Amino acid sequence: MPMDADFLQMIDWSRAQFAMTAMYHWLFVPLTLGLGFLVAIMETIYYRTGDPFWRRTTRFWMRLFAVNFAIGVATGLILEFEFGTNWSNYSHFVGDIFGAPLAVEGIMAFFLEATFFAVMFFGWDRVSRRFHLASTWLVAIGASLSALWILVANAWMQYPVGMTFNPETARNEMTSFWEVLLSPVAINKFFHTVSSAYLLSAVFVIGVSAWFLLKGREERMARASIRIATIWGLVFALFTALTGDKSGAVIAEVQPMKLAAMEAHYEGGAKAPLVAFGVVKPEHLRQTPDDLFHFKVAIPGMLSAMSYRDVDAYVAGIDDLLYGNPQQGILSAAEKIERGKTAIETLAAFRAARKAGETMRADSLKALFNPDTEAGKSFLENYFAYFGYGYLSSPEQTVPNVPLLFYSFRIMVGWGMFLVLLMLIVWWQNRKGTLPRHRWLLWLMMLAVPITYVASQAGWVLAEVGRQPWVIQNLLPTSAAVSGIPSGSVVVTFFLFLLLFTGLLVAEVMILCKQIKIGPDKV
Amino acid sequence: MDTFVFLQHYWWFIISLLGALLVFLLFVQGGQGLLYTIGRTPSERDRIVDLLGRKWELTFTTLVTFGGAFFASFPLFYSTSFGGAFYVWMLILFVFVIQAVAYEYRRKPNNLFGEKTYEWFLMINGWAGALLLGVAVGTLFTGAHFTVDRNNIVQIGGDTVISRWTNPWYGLEALLDYRNVALGLAVLFLSRILALEYFLCGINDTTIRERSRRRIGCAAVPFLLFFLLFFVSLCLSKGWAVDPTSGTVTVEQYKYLHNMLQMPYVSIPLLVGVVAILWSIWIGWRNGSRRAIWWGGSGTVVAVLCLLLLAGWNNTCYYPSLSDIASSLTIYNSSSSEFTLRVMSYVSLLIPFVVAYIWYAWRAMSHPPRTDSHREEADTY
Repeated sequence: MPMDADFLQMIDWSRAQFAMTAMYHWLFVPLTLGLGFLVAIMETIYYRTGDPFWRRTTRFWMRLFAVNFAIGVATGLILEFEFGTNWSNYSHFVGDIFGAPLAVEGIMAFFLEATFFAVMFFGWDRVSRRFHLASTWLVAIGASLSALWILVANAWMQYPVGMTFNPETARNEMTSFWEVLLSPVAINKFFHTVSSAYLLSAVFVIGVSAWFLLKGREERMARASIRIATIWGLVFALFTALTGDKSGAVIAEVQPMKLAAMEAHYEGGAKAPLVAFGVVKPEHLRQTPDDLFHFKVAIPGMLSAMSYRDVDAYVAGIDDLLYGNPQQGILSAAEKIERGKTAIETLAAFRAARKAGETMRADSLKALFNPDTEAGKSFLENYFAYFGYGYLSSPEQTVPNVPLLFYSFRIMVGWGMFLVLLMLIVWWQNRKGTLPRHRWLLWLMMLAVPITYVASQAGWVLAEVGRQPWVIQNLLPTSAAVSGIPSGSVVVTFFLFLLLFTGLLVAEVMILCKQIKIGPDKV
Repeated sequence: MDTFVFLQHYWWFIISLLGALLVFLLFVQGGQGLLYTIGRTPSERDRIVDLLGRKWELTFTTLVTFGGAFFASFPLFYSTSFGGAFYVWMLILFVFVIQAVAYEYRRKPNNLFGEKTYEWFLMINGWAGALLLGVAVGTLFTGAHFTVDRNNIVQIGGDTVISRWTNPWYGLEALLDYRNVALGLAVLFLSRILALEYFLCGINDTTIRERSRRRIGCAAVPFLLFFLLFFVSLCLSKGWAVDPTSGTVTVEQYKYLHNMLQMPYVSIPLLVGVVAILWSIWIGWRNGSRRAIWWGGSGTVVAVLCLLLLAGWNNTCYYPSLSDIASSLTIYNSSSSEFTLRVMSYVSLLIPFVVAYIWYAWRAMSHPPRTDSHREEADTY
């Protein structure tokens, strides 16, 4: 049965709904992740010094933390269930692996956060100072633990490992929990994502403190908060850069098309340059295949160096991956599609044989999916590895949105680098005590808050749009992962939640602004 | 019993336990639904919101964990039910989202929608959250309209969806089955009973306590009526049985009654759980006892746990298909692989530890009962 128009719309609307929910979720989560630790550090100082100033400061930031926390929890709930509501085929195809981290997240992290959040927020005068401090740290740790498991799950979608395909159940099944947990993509994704979130929270604290300094209010609290936030921010800005660099190398290895697309790197080659800045020409304006940019500033050999730690290394371009490059041992997308179709047809033949009761034929076909046999190893490596390609109708579908990835990457990296500089300058001026005099810097610190949110979102756009057309890299395209519901159902709920989330976001921003205005002395 | 089968039963037990804890924790929803009934002045409402606000996250977290654990252990249910009964689940999610922010935003200045709106969010969640979850759980006994065909995954260029819903209402049709509605209403009124018992335990104000005590009787009557209606109809109705060897599904008259007779280790605790709930109602209504919540809470956990075990154990289809009997889901055909269940079982050993620290923190926060002098010092909702 061919895909009908409604089904195609369903795919697009499901993607839109998931993207919308994820982007709203990520507006709130990074602040929770980082501010939790900053609050814990401040409370630790209070615990050690007994100075009421630190209690007052801690409680001020804690109040902002609480406002942000609730809505992050709410949007997270929707995300988890949307895997089922919008992506039911996906849930079946990989639920055996993907569900486990989600369940572990619930058991290990969510309860920790939920339980000790109540103590942290309401327990000031009910539990001992030591127990309260421990609760604050446990909330911060719980939030990051929760991030670990969901990022492990996401990393698995980018780089599926630790599993085998079971033709009897027509799904992938886990064979090694540790491979899933400790895959290089998972490790790197976790550290890169949480460190960027810690950085964002530092920028938030600095921005809010700058407002107090501009208003000439709460100078001691503002300067003390800036001191902690700049050190915290500087450490994690550098760590984000380091893990980001490692991400480039990992992506080159496991998602070469994503790397090529985010660099608008069409023609592969050795000593590949990195375009530090440029404006990509739309496809219809290109005169020749090389005519890709209106203008660009490129660093020769840099892309090769970043991807393979070797300036002479060959970096595959989009054209290599699309049309193949036998010299470099790169298969064309068309060839992969053929191999994917063979894998799917083999599965179909197995299931037909099993249904017909042809046991011998079924068993021999099943052996092809067994990695412990020679025939199985070869089939899995040469055919099943491209299983998802079999659902694609043209090689061009394997190329994600190049301009979107190109700009997302530059916004993320460019702003991230700038933040290193900003943290250094602010820390130095604050240390000298001259910060309140530099009003332009205070304004820049405030302006940095929304821009950092944009850069953080750009990071996720890069990660998720860059994975297209796959839900699970090479194994399942988005089009084969959706639920069998009419597009109208998704459209209705898309707008319902868009309206709700937007309303709640506006409410949150208004409440936060008011709470900041009120300051540490609660009315 | 081989290891895989044991693990499938074990994980159905864990799912049932999480479901039972969730139903108990719905006392938060029950309390929200009673916000204007028990809290007649703004300060009384503040007191109730403040009390419930310290627990809402646990209910929320249990719901999330219940979903995650179901996904991990029975992924075919997750894909079939969530991807098919779309509207019901989306409605449930919607009412829980508005709850999550309501506690935090309600009394904050400049909150855009005003205090009353957030109180309505709490009320909507209090009524619809408990009712819809009960209706959704009811379909584990009464079935749903879906088909499952794993062969669809090989339809290149065609319709690859494995689980399909065959009813155009995408889950809302569950509201047309009186047994689902009866269970939904039973859960709703049970949540209100538990909330009232929780008020008796956690609030010192004599007016609120007296109002709560009297109200228990009003909630108990419909609860008993709807629960009995559901339970009796369950005992008298057919069920779907599976042959674990061949996987063949057949309709069996009085299946759930047979389950109760064949599994006394489930039916006796079920009875004990129900008696504990009834006892809690009695001591709460008659004496305003502070201990009523402990009887009611533990009775609820035991009773719901056993009810859910009846749905999945003893070779029963826990999600019968009303469209294609062979598509019905059992703990055998819808579970994760043995390896995954084993790994998850190791993780589940953490559950007692989790329960222990929740208990510890809960106790630390519960003593002494709230008074106005405490409210001045602490942050409140």
